[in-house]
Amino acid sequence: MQQFMNAGGGSLAGSGGLAGAIRSDRGGQLFLCGLLAVIIVVPVLNLLVPEGSALHMSSYTVTLLGKYITYAMLAMAVDLVWGYCGILSLGHGAFFALGGYAIGMYLMRQIGTRGVYGDPVLPDFTVFLNWKELPWFWHGFDSFPFAALMVFLAPGLLALVFGFLAFRSRVSGVYLSIITQALTYALMLAFFRNDMGFGGNNGFTDFKDLLGFSLQSPATRMVLFLCTALSLGGTYLLCRYIIASRAGRVIQAVRDAESRARFLGYRVESYKLWMFVLSALLAGLAGALYVPQIGIINPSEFSPANSIEIVIWVAIGGRGTLYGAVVGAFIVNYAKTYFTAALPSMWLYALGALFVLVTLFLPNGVVGLMAQRLRRTVPDAAPADATVVPK
Amino acid sequence: MTSPWAGLTGRSRSSSSPRVEAAAARGIALYLEDITVSFDGFRALNALTLYVDIGELRCIIGPNGAGKTTMMDVITGKTRPDSGSAWFGQNVDLLNLTEPEIAQAGIGRKFQKPTVFEKHTVFDNLELAMAGNKSVWSTLFARIAPVQIERIEEVLQRIGLLEQRRAIAGTLSHGQKQWLEIGMLLMQDPQVLLVDEPVAGMTPQEIERTAQLLTSLAGKHSVVVVEHDMAFVRSIARRVTVLHEGSVLAEGSIDEVQAHPKVIEVYLGV
Repeated sequence: MQQFMNAGGGSLAGSGGLAGAIRSDRGGQLFLCGLLAVIIVVPVLNLLVPEGSALHMSSYTVTLLGKYITYAMLAMAVDLVWGYCGILSLGHGAFFALGGYAIGMYLMRQIGTRGVYGDPVLPDFTVFLNWKELPWFWHGFDSFPFAALMVFLAPGLLALVFGFLAFRSRVSGVYLSIITQALTYALMLAFFRNDMGFGGNNGFTDFKDLLGFSLQSPATRMVLFLCTALSLGGTYLLCRYIIASRAGRVIQAVRDAESRARFLGYRVESYKLWMFVLSALLAGLAGALYVPQIGIINPSEFSPANSIEIVIWVAIGGRGTLYGAVVGAFIVNYAKTYFTAALPSMWLYALGALFVLVTLFLPNGVVGLMAQRLRRTVPDAAPADATVVPK
Repeated sequence: MTSPWAGLTGRSRSSSSPRVEAAAARGIALYLEDITVSFDGFRALNALTLYVDIGELRCIIGPNGAGKTTMMDVITGKTRPDSGSAWFGQNVDLLNLTEPEIAQAGIGRKFQKPTVFEKHTVFDNLELAMAGNKSVWSTLFARIAPVQIERIEEVLQRIGLLEQRRAIAGTLSHGQKQWLEIGMLLMQDPQVLLVDEPVAGMTPQEIERTAQLLTSLAGKHSVVVVEHDMAFVRSIARRVTVLHEGSVLAEGSIDEVQAHPKVIEVYLGV
């Protein structure tokens, strides 16, 4: 379990690069294998197994899984800055929502004359508001490449400007967390306003098609699902490469002893800034994959509580491992799906209790517990069940 | 390997004062003149003037609040003085540079409390400290070269941590962390090493090894040591500067300084 002790990677022989990083990353290998299995099994169960069969997977389940995977990407983006840079962002929901809004604007333009008011250019809500022409910032969103660019540009620019100002002023710790909360809250209030031109509190919904393919067809949904799963795998590999590189070890050094890093000649601010921007880009991509699958985006995605929940996913899964974020996102969101259906009034209590219990008993999260059990059971073959209860 | 002094000597600055010219002739590594720093009316440094020669080992002593740490903060760019000038060699104005730029220019600083990257291995600590391009982009694709591994091993040997190279730095003893931090400074190839209380909390054996290490560094580097332990200062210093209330009270050999009536009055407490 060497990799859990030496989270920094960094081999003496200098066998760097992605291959070297993955070779020493047992948990990551397990995660990638699991993801590959999902990519193979889900299309088979959904498209090939006949609908009457007990093994058939409904499109509803595929969409639900796709949603969880976008959340997992978002959690991974948060883990990159929180687990490795020590930047506790309580505003990552904003980057996710901006990515979602960017693709949402494209999907709105694709509706065309099929909307309620049938206007070929104006989206429904602008007709409803009695606007005569398209607001300037809606131009270009009829083109998919432009919208795809905006998926990255909008959250990336926001993170760049925000991060530049915050890190240059050496704002850190709880102050930074509070400012990120304020950022997402301010955006939520702005997007709630009708005259902002983003659909007000209804946001965007009733999407028809993406690149000419109907969003209702199972095949389109499956392609979207596969793109999402592949993006999660790509995100993992990218983050793992960065963490294992010297730059990745520098950001962990900054997390552990910022002034030491600065007096060694590292421009600490730019390391933090670029990791923050990268994390925002990944969150934006996750949001852009979320919206076409879920079929709606509205300002509640900016709500401060949403962003706090992401941090809870990461804490529960185990921060500073990347795959722990995925595990946490799945556990919490599965529990959420279950609770909000079975005992809706209990969900927030359950979430709070889960967070408290994990903080008290599992400081390294669920994957930390699994690693601990493996360490205990592997060296001495004796069953360790009696001793694993953490005190 | 080229001398770390290359680039520091021989060139003259265009806007140099006669004093600076004189300093250059003597081979001065660090040059502080009339530095004043106040915090809310309290003068931490009061017209401090101090020269450190190339390759010398200088000890700075003084009672608490004399301005020793503030002086290091000014040299390393952490604190900007209200007035005065600070030059590194003849052509580097320290007051115009940021902390990372000063570090890159060749001034290394060891903190009072040993500060190493606790979650990284000893080897990684030294690798991260290594001189070179430290921008995000270049570290993202950096590969360690065989010659760099040799260099790291050389430093490991020197600080006596060759066997602990794979150990996580957080598991080292207090003394070993101090040496690792000094090793990290050496990896930067600095011309000036500022060392804040290197032997605080060390055992007598560790103190002796630290003394050997620091004296062996003088000559190739200028070493400025701030220390309270007078026995240790006596064992390493050739020249001692006494600070008091933000300015230099006395300067000379340890015997001269200890015999100085003012020093006896304010510091040695006789």
